[in-house]
Amino acid sequence: MSQKRQKLFSSFLVNGSLLILCLIWTIPTIGMLVSSFRPRDRVLSTGWWNVNWSELTLKNYQQVLTGKEIKDPNMPGGVAKGDNMSRAFLNSLTVTIPSTVIPILIAAFAAYGFAWMKFPGRKVFFIMVVAMLVVPLQIALIPILRDYTKINLNGTFLAIWLAHTGFGLPLATYLLFNYISSLPRDILESAFIDGASHFTIFTNLILPLSIPALASFAIFQFMWVWNDLLVALVFIGSRPEVAVLTQRLMDMTGSRGQDWHLLMSGAFVTMMVPLMIFFFLQRYFVRGLLAGSVKG
Amino acid sequence: MASVTFDHVSKKFGDVLAVNDLNIEIADKEFLVLVGPSGCGKSTALRCLAGLEDVTQGRILIGDQVVNDVAPKDRDIAMVFQSYALYPHMTVYDNMAFGLKLRKTPKAEIDRRVREAAKILGIEDLLDRRPRQLSGGQRQRVAVGRAIVREPKVFLFDEPLSNLDAKLRVETRANISKLHLQLQTTFIYVTHDQMEAMTMASRIAVINKGVLQQIDTPQHLYDFPDNLFVAGFIGSPAMNFFNATLRREDSKLFVDGETFKVQIPENRAAIYSAYIDKPIIFGIRPEDIHNPQFAPPEINAQEVIANVDVTELMGNEIFVHMKSKDHHFVARVDPRSRFVIGEDAKVVFNMSNMHIFDRETEKAIR
Repeated sequence: MSQKRQKLFSSFLVNGSLLILCLIWTIPTIGMLVSSFRPRDRVLSTGWWNVNWSELTLKNYQQVLTGKEIKDPNMPGGVAKGDNMSRAFLNSLTVTIPSTVIPILIAAFAAYGFAWMKFPGRKVFFIMVVAMLVVPLQIALIPILRDYTKINLNGTFLAIWLAHTGFGLPLATYLLFNYISSLPRDILESAFIDGASHFTIFTNLILPLSIPALASFAIFQFMWVWNDLLVALVFIGSRPEVAVLTQRLMDMTGSRGQDWHLLMSGAFVTMMVPLMIFFFLQRYFVRGLLAGSVKG
Repeated sequence: MASVTFDHVSKKFGDVLAVNDLNIEIADKEFLVLVGPSGCGKSTALRCLAGLEDVTQGRILIGDQVVNDVAPKDRDIAMVFQSYALYPHMTVYDNMAFGLKLRKTPKAEIDRRVREAAKILGIEDLLDRRPRQLSGGQRQRVAVGRAIVREPKVFLFDEPLSNLDAKLRVETRANISKLHLQLQTTFIYVTHDQMEAMTMASRIAVINKGVLQQIDTPQHLYDFPDNLFVAGFIGSPAMNFFNATLRREDSKLFVDGETFKVQIPENRAAIYSAYIDKPIIFGIRPEDIHNPQFAPPEINAQEVIANVDVTELMGNEIFVHMKSKDHHFVARVDPRSRFVIGEDAKVVFNMSNMHIFDRETEKAIR
C-alpha cells in the first residue's frame, strides 16, 4: 500500500468511527425530539420512526409548561393532565446559579492560597482537599441530612446551595490550583514589587487571568447541579414550591408510565439550558479540559 | 537615589549555598553589573535585594536602611524581569500605571509620569495596546517604562536583553546606558553575557559558584584579572591558557611551555622570582597574538611556532585556532594574513600584556 493510500485509509477509519459514535449518540436524542411533538395516542401505539409529519403538535409543550390541568374536550372529563414546569424551571435556576458561583469563589481564593502563599501546613491541607476527591458524596448524605434537620435547614434553598458547594469544592480547588499555579511567577513578583498585596493580586491579576479555568469549571458545575436529582431529592424534597426540574421530570411519566409524550417535551425543556450553555461556551469546554497541560 | 550594600550576605536553598558571603558596596548613581555563568547565584543575589527571597545570613542595605525585613513594595526599587512579566490583560498604559495606582498617586500625576516615560522610550503610540500585540523589543521597553514611572531609588535588571535578537540587543544595550545617564539613579544589572557587562557597567562584579571573584571597572577587570576564572570569563574569544614552568637562563626569565619558550619582560621579572622552576599557568589574550608581518612595532614580541588548525574569517580580523602538542590557542590576527590549514606558522606573543597565574590557587601573580 502506498503511503498516501495508507494515510487515506487511517483517516477514513478515524472519521468513520467518529461518525458512528455521533450517530449512536444522537439517534435517541432525535427520537426524543420527534416524540415530544407527537400526540399521546400515537406515542403510545407506534415508534418515533413511524412519524407522520402532519400529526406533529405543540400541545405537549403547552401542557408541560402551563399548568397541572389543561382543558381538553377530547379527554374524558374535558381535562388533560399537565405539569407546571415553569415554576420548576425557576427553582432549578435558583438552585443552580448560587451553587455554581459560591464554590468557584471559595475555590479560587483557596487555589491562590495553596499556589502562591507560604503558610505552615500548606501541603497537608492541600493533600486533604485532594483526598476529598475520592470520597463519594453519597456517604455524606445521611449525616448532613441529620445535621440539617437539627438546625431546621431541610427543604430550603440554602441547604442545597451549601451541599453543592461542599461537594463541588475539592474538584474546583484542585482544578483551579492547577491553573493558577501555572501562571508565570514573574508576573506576580512584579506585582509585589509594584506594591500589590495578596488581595490586590488576586482580584487584579489572578481572577482576570484565570477566566478560562473559571469558566470551564463553572460550566461543569452548572451542568452537574442542573442535572442533579439525588442531592435535590435528599435536601429539598419534592414539595412543588421548591422542587427542581429533575424532580418534576421524574414524576412526569405518571404512575403507570402512560404519559411518555409529556416526559419527552419535559426533557427537552430541561435540556434547553445545558444546550445553550454548550453552544455559547463551547471553547471553554475544550480549553478547560486542557487547563494546566498546555500553556495557552 | 541611594547606595546599596551587601554585607556578608549568604543565601541557602536547602543544602545548596546559592550566594556565599557576598560583600559589595554599590555607590549612589552607579551602574553595577553582576556577571557570571548561569546558576552562579547572581540572580539570587538580585532577588534577595528585591525582597523576593529572604537572605539566610548577612544584611542588605539600601541607603542607610537595613532592608532584610522590609517588604518588596516598601524597598523603593523597581525591577525589570527577563520575561518582562507584563500584565497580559492590561494595556501598556495600565501596565505602567499599575504600581502608581496602588500607591494612590493622583491621576494627573500618573498620567504625566506615564506619558513622560513613554516619550523617553519611544512607545507613545503603543499606550493603548496589550502586551500580546507588541514585539519583543517593544515589550522590553514597556517593562523598562513600568520601572521608570515609579521613580525608584534603585533599578534592578534581571537579564532583560536575553530574549531579544542580536541586533536589537546591541541597540537596547546602548539605550539602557543612555537611560542611566538620563535618570542618574543606581542601576544593578544581572547578565551572563560579559559583552553586556563590559559595554554598560561603571563597575562589574564577577560571580562564580556563589562567590564574588572580583569587582572592578570594566577596563581594569579586563587588563588585570585577579584569577583564572575572571581571566577566562571576561573577553571573547576567551584568554588562552598554557600549563607552563618559569625558567631562569642567563639572568633572563622565560615561560617554558615545552613546545615554546617566551621571555618575560625584564621590568616584570622581579615579581615572579619566587615562582622559578614552579608550575604556573601562562595566559595571553587572542588579540595579543599577532602575525609577525603585521605586528605593531611597539609590542614586546616573542616568537612562537605552531600548527594551524582552523581559521575563521570575521571580515575585519581572522581567528586562527592553532595547536602545538597539548597546547591549543586562538590568535586574533590581521585580515591580510594568509594562514594555511595544516601547516606550521609563526606568530608573536605580545609579552607586555601576558598574565601569569599560580597553578594551585589559580590566583594572578603580580
